[in-house]
Amino acid sequence: MIVELAGVKLTYQSPDGEVPALAGIDLVIDAGEFISVVGPSGCGKSTLLNIIAGLETPDSGTVSVGGRPLHGPSRTVGYMPQKDGLFPWRSIWGNVTLGLEIAGENTPERQETVRQLLSRYGLADFASKSPAELSGGMRQRCALIRTLACGPELLLLDEAFSALDYQTRLAVSADIYSIIRREKKTAILVTHDISEAVSLSDRIVLLTRRPAQIKKIYSLEELRGIPPLERRDHPAFRAFFNAIWKELDVHV
Amino acid sequence: MSEPVSPARAAWLSRARRRRRLVLLLQIGLLVFFFAGWELCARAGFIDAFIFSSPSRMWKTFTGLLASGELFIHVGVSVGETVVGFLLGTALGVAVATLLWWSDFLSRVLDPYLVVLNALPKTALGPIFIVWMGAGGGAIITMTLAISLIVTVLDMYSGFRETDRDKIRLLRTLGARRRQIFTKLVLPASLPTMANALRVNVGLSWVGVIMGEFLVSRRGLGYLIVYGSQVFKMDLVMTTVLILAAAAALMYLGVLWLEKALKKYMGVTV
Repeated sequence: MIVELAGVKLTYQSPDGEVPALAGIDLVIDAGEFISVVGPSGCGKSTLLNIIAGLETPDSGTVSVGGRPLHGPSRTVGYMPQKDGLFPWRSIWGNVTLGLEIAGENTPERQETVRQLLSRYGLADFASKSPAELSGGMRQRCALIRTLACGPELLLLDEAFSALDYQTRLAVSADIYSIIRREKKTAILVTHDISEAVSLSDRIVLLTRRPAQIKKIYSLEELRGIPPLERRDHPAFRAFFNAIWKELDVHV
Repeated sequence: MSEPVSPARAAWLSRARRRRRLVLLLQIGLLVFFFAGWELCARAGFIDAFIFSSPSRMWKTFTGLLASGELFIHVGVSVGETVVGFLLGTALGVAVATLLWWSDFLSRVLDPYLVVLNALPKTALGPIFIVWMGAGGGAIITMTLAISLIVTVLDMYSGFRETDRDKIRLLRTLGARRRQIFTKLVLPASLPTMANALRVNVGLSWVGVIMGEFLVSRRGLGYLIVYGSQVFKMDLVMTTVLILAAAAALMYLGVLWLEKALKKYMGVTV
């Protein structure tokens, strides 16, 4: 077990009153699992992610990562923002070593690890290029390597692919998925795209409307081990999609 | 560029080139027409050259100023005051904006003061500065500062606040402290805003300098204009205004070039 949330509650205070965001979340995630969190828009998905990232503190309940309770941002948890979030004024190398620089650990050994990551994923020749010279998919890879450079066990993907157009999104999500699998990381993806969740996840956590609770957890046994793009052709894909769609109860 | 060019492309290129030439021609033509017309009207007696001056008289004044070396003194003083004023205004403005970004509480406390100071016509403060600091360069530069500082603070502060929240979040998950967030993200991301502030401040600083020189100075282009009008040497006034226009335009172009270089360095395409 790597992540454990127990009774996590959070209510936002604002001049207009209290806004309950999370009404008690209990969840256990195993090492190496790929989890997606889906739910109605504005239901508190991002709040949940922020709490696991250590950016927000719950009013009550505990979050532990790797058996240790969480206090603030931790190096065992890596975060991937919605857009790639690369700094345009830094080279690719400057971007992927950003985490090391901030931690004050820009040492030759750590740099060597980053260099290996870059060459393993075909980016070694682009180290001195600026982000603007790379395609959307390559930029996303760089963003992942920037996160991996700090050696996290758990990756948080915040709508990580939603800024891309549909074709690119399919390719990039499959790409990122295979890297995460190869590096044997645990991942939590927050998304509003049900088909994306079904194509990538081992389990899908469905949240209720705000204040969010876990409505249902889907375990995608039939689809485990099948690569994302092939899953979309699998008979079970439709079934899960439809089941989640029904539960989500989307109204126009 | 030895690729074969399609006829349509060639036609488009030549049309574009003709258009660019026409624009340039008209730009020069307007200038020539204006000065030639002015000169002719003055010579024909349609306008009084004593009051309106004329290009030939201005040229004589200009060469006179050039020969006596006065030109360099006055231009030097004004340009110097402007440069000091706008660099100081930008630097202090960025510093204050940084403090406001740092402390949300402070920025809330100071908000009404900034609004009032921004609305106040700063030239009204000129006489106060002169009384406080004496009639000299100090008062003029303070005047310039007063004009450019508040605008810079407000522009830079809003620039700082526009920093991508996702990127700030990313840095926080990497364990960045507030100081690191500022130096590694907020400040570099706001360099284009700063270049923009610099550009605005050049213009504002000229206003401050000329205004200040009107009030106190014995040197500088503002002084020449006021002096010329007091002794009814309109040739001197007109010449100085033209020199001022050239100096201000050159400085503006310089900052524009700096801004472009900065944006290129930042990888920002605008």
